[in-house]
Amino acid sequence: MSYIAKPKISHPGLPRNALGLTSRDYEGSVSTLCAGCGHDSVTAAIIQAVFELDIEPHMLAKMSGIGCSSKTPAYFVHQAHGFNSVHGRMPSVTTGANAANRDLMYIGVSGDGDSLSIGVGQFVHAIRRNLNMCYIIENNGVYGLTKGQFSASADIGSMPKKGMPNQQEPIDPVSTALSLGATYIARSFSGDKEQLVPLLKGALLHSGFSLVDIISPCVTFNDHEGSTKSYAHTRQHYHHVVNVDYIHPSKEIKASYEEGEAMPIHLHGGDTILLRKVDDSYDPTSRASAFKYLRERFNAGEITTGLLYANESRAEMHELMGNVETPLSKLPLDELNPGKDELAKLQAGYR
Amino acid sequence: MKPTDTNNPEYFHKVVDCQWGCPAHADVPAYIRMIAQGQFSDAYMENRKSNVFPGILGRVCDRPCEPACRRVRVEDEPVAICRLKRVAADHRDDITDRLPKPPSKNNGKRVALIGAGCASLTVANDLRPLGYDVTIFEAHDTTGGLMRTNIPQFRLPPKVLDEEIGYILDMGVDLKLNHAIDSLKDLLDEDYDAVFVGTGAPRGKNLEIPGRYDSDRIYIGIDWLESVAFDHVDSIGERVLIIGVGNTAMDCCRTSLRLGAKDVKVMARKPRGFFKASSWELEDAEEENVEILVNHSPKEFVIENGKLVGMKFELMEYKVDDKGRIDRGTVTGEKTIPCDDVVLAIGQDNAFPWIERDLGIEFDQWECPVVDETTMMCGREGVFFGGDSAFGPKNIIWAVEHGHQAAISIHKFCQGEDIEDRLPMGLNLESQKMGMHEWSYSNDYNPASRRLMPHVDLKQRFKKLDIEVELGFTVEQTIEEVERCLNCDMQTVFTASLCIECDACVDVCPVDCLTIAANGDEEELRTRLSAPARNTEQALYVSAELPHTARVMIKDEDLCVHCSLCAERCPTGAWDMQKSTILVPYALDEAQVSQPKTATGGSGA
Repeated sequence: MSYIAKPKISHPGLPRNALGLTSRDYEGSVSTLCAGCGHDSVTAAIIQAVFELDIEPHMLAKMSGIGCSSKTPAYFVHQAHGFNSVHGRMPSVTTGANAANRDLMYIGVSGDGDSLSIGVGQFVHAIRRNLNMCYIIENNGVYGLTKGQFSASADIGSMPKKGMPNQQEPIDPVSTALSLGATYIARSFSGDKEQLVPLLKGALLHSGFSLVDIISPCVTFNDHEGSTKSYAHTRQHYHHVVNVDYIHPSKEIKASYEEGEAMPIHLHGGDTILLRKVDDSYDPTSRASAFKYLRERFNAGEITTGLLYANESRAEMHELMGNVETPLSKLPLDELNPGKDELAKLQAGYR
Repeated sequence: MKPTDTNNPEYFHKVVDCQWGCPAHADVPAYIRMIAQGQFSDAYMENRKSNVFPGILGRVCDRPCEPACRRVRVEDEPVAICRLKRVAADHRDDITDRLPKPPSKNNGKRVALIGAGCASLTVANDLRPLGYDVTIFEAHDTTGGLMRTNIPQFRLPPKVLDEEIGYILDMGVDLKLNHAIDSLKDLLDEDYDAVFVGTGAPRGKNLEIPGRYDSDRIYIGIDWLESVAFDHVDSIGERVLIIGVGNTAMDCCRTSLRLGAKDVKVMARKPRGFFKASSWELEDAEEENVEILVNHSPKEFVIENGKLVGMKFELMEYKVDDKGRIDRGTVTGEKTIPCDDVVLAIGQDNAFPWIERDLGIEFDQWECPVVDETTMMCGREGVFFGGDSAFGPKNIIWAVEHGHQAAISIHKFCQGEDIEDRLPMGLNLESQKMGMHEWSYSNDYNPASRRLMPHVDLKQRFKKLDIEVELGFTVEQTIEEVERCLNCDMQTVFTASLCIECDACVDVCPVDCLTIAANGDEEELRTRLSAPARNTEQALYVSAELPHTARVMIKDEDLCVHCSLCAERCPTGAWDMQKSTILVPYALDEAQVSQPKTATGGSGA
């Protein structure tokens, strides 16, 4: 952390969004993470994404659990709602919040420890129920807050700063989410905002559960030689397969893309994202082929990045349950609570 | 773009906008930090090294540093650099034992300086400690030149002049007052090793329009101010017109008010925005209820029965093009404005009736001598010029810089060295890191607005001619104002080989001046930066290729507030805050180090 707060002064030429805000208006308090932490770059990418999407701060809810990653919601959009919950329990708390108010945009920031160890049960069930949220995993392969022990996402053979290499199979959040039927699955790198910001925009607008797994190096405990989640290793081994362009609703989709090269995906809210394939053989709409491709590239030592799977056809939680459009939190009490007589009638139906 | 060559002292010098803007390269941020620490004497001496007259310049400098100040670009108002300079002068202790010392013995070389103004005095200041036998010839019975005769006492008290000029004369300078030089030829015949001409631009411009010579109540501004300074004039009529709107005009109108004028109008030919006067001098005059009338072009003096009763003007209209250039204007009418006196303040010319034209000194069409801009020597070997006499009217701080450069030339000339072979400027960089997040300077950005100079009450100040209007900053004002300085000499220095491209610096920069991107040519690169970089006068600092991706780090120097956050957030120390010290060579350095050639930044001055 720094002793001084980031000065309020800003560049007079900063662009403003439709709300008249600059990206500076979407900042939070000064980060207390280690200097050079990948999480701070993810924070900056989130700020950029919500700024570009013209999101009203009070329509955003920032959810987190425990860990370095889970501190970061304090560092962006200080006017938004926020809930820093129990370790690994962010998905349940978000489910509750979303059940009560489906109008808010939910962004959950978690880490590999919070999501793949203590909270793995919560993580998988949030996917299963297709909770409408953007779920970010800041993935660095170690428990940074407890001084750098391997986490569940550490690769076999990855070296710690001191001691023996990891020998346990890693849990890959992307493959896990694919197998559980998540509807928007992306992977990126904190050091590649050009790819990350549009992926985040797509994830925020997607209706249903969107996972963005972000390699976010731990500069203090996992950025050395022999680490498979360092800045250097990630840069050497990562490959874009599908990139995303967000198309602002005010802009027409340019017909400049060729079939097979680029593909528009119309999101529920009326927005459009454009997929740009870097590798032609990749099909981001097929779970089976995505799974196969990811496994093969993983075995070859590559880190596959981009929008790896997208499916806009599956209903999210509220739609699956047939809930009313109005958020429950805004329903008048007599509608929300039909009363004793209705309850008695319902119970009688089960006798 | 090629990686920026930070070994060239010019690069980091230019980042320190005030120091770059100052003709004498005063190390402004350094002395402001000294003031902040209460080290007024140190600040005074740091100032004196470059500008020789901190007390004088702290009041009346033309302040090229202030419009250059980075703060103008970041918010609006520059740091009150000049006012802070005066704080150092006002609160200094006795510094006489820190001044340059007279030599223990002379070196046998004799130098004649003509005119006891700021240029000659600077030459004396630089040469006397080296052992030169320095003689100053002055036509008046007092020193200071235009600083004393043309700047009114209510802006620059004689005490301040006497004190700072005294520091120089006390080194054993031979001052010959009431000694006008009426023939350069005669002076050259007197066996001096070198002659320096610092006689200013003493001829006020005239206005040859009808009626000019039909009244004795039409004055040339600088001559009139001189008469006031020497008590030859102590009154003026109730209604005064000042023709011209430069700084001399401001002094004339304010002086008139103190000599009994009730209604003073400054007549400007052009609209606002095209005035020559400094904005603060305009403000000070308008505060005293001087009226400035624009678009009035003088046509004739109106004389009735041999008496000046008014002046006729043509009313003008101008067009300004989209580049801000004004046309010659068209006349839309005429107007006569009644008055009792007229003061002409429309500029000054050089005049050298005392320099024979067969001495090998060439003069251009404006009667300016042809002088080398680096060495200050004219066509005749051993004769040097400086101040307004060299290139026409400029200001005190330019005259001081001319004096420094002439002193170097005179020294080298007298020692038989090549005067063109001068020491280059040098640069020192020192890391300012004191701990994890601690720097040796106050790095937080202070959003305070510029402090305003307190003035003597409007009723009080006209009672006497010599009541100094500006009171100087209070302690509270000083404490606030020093924190407005952005410490531009605390350079952000980047080492590409250490960078891991984590983006921490890019993300934290409050003014978005950092970008990591693929290299390109400058024009194209400027379109791809984190924030618009439209000010092409400010450099892009481009690194060598970064080790991981072969991209480059680019810093737009334009708006950096030197807050150090990039260096604090850098995990590898690729960014560091390093204080740049520009080493400006003076005559003393030339004397101390003949070989090898490096400057010490005037360490002995």
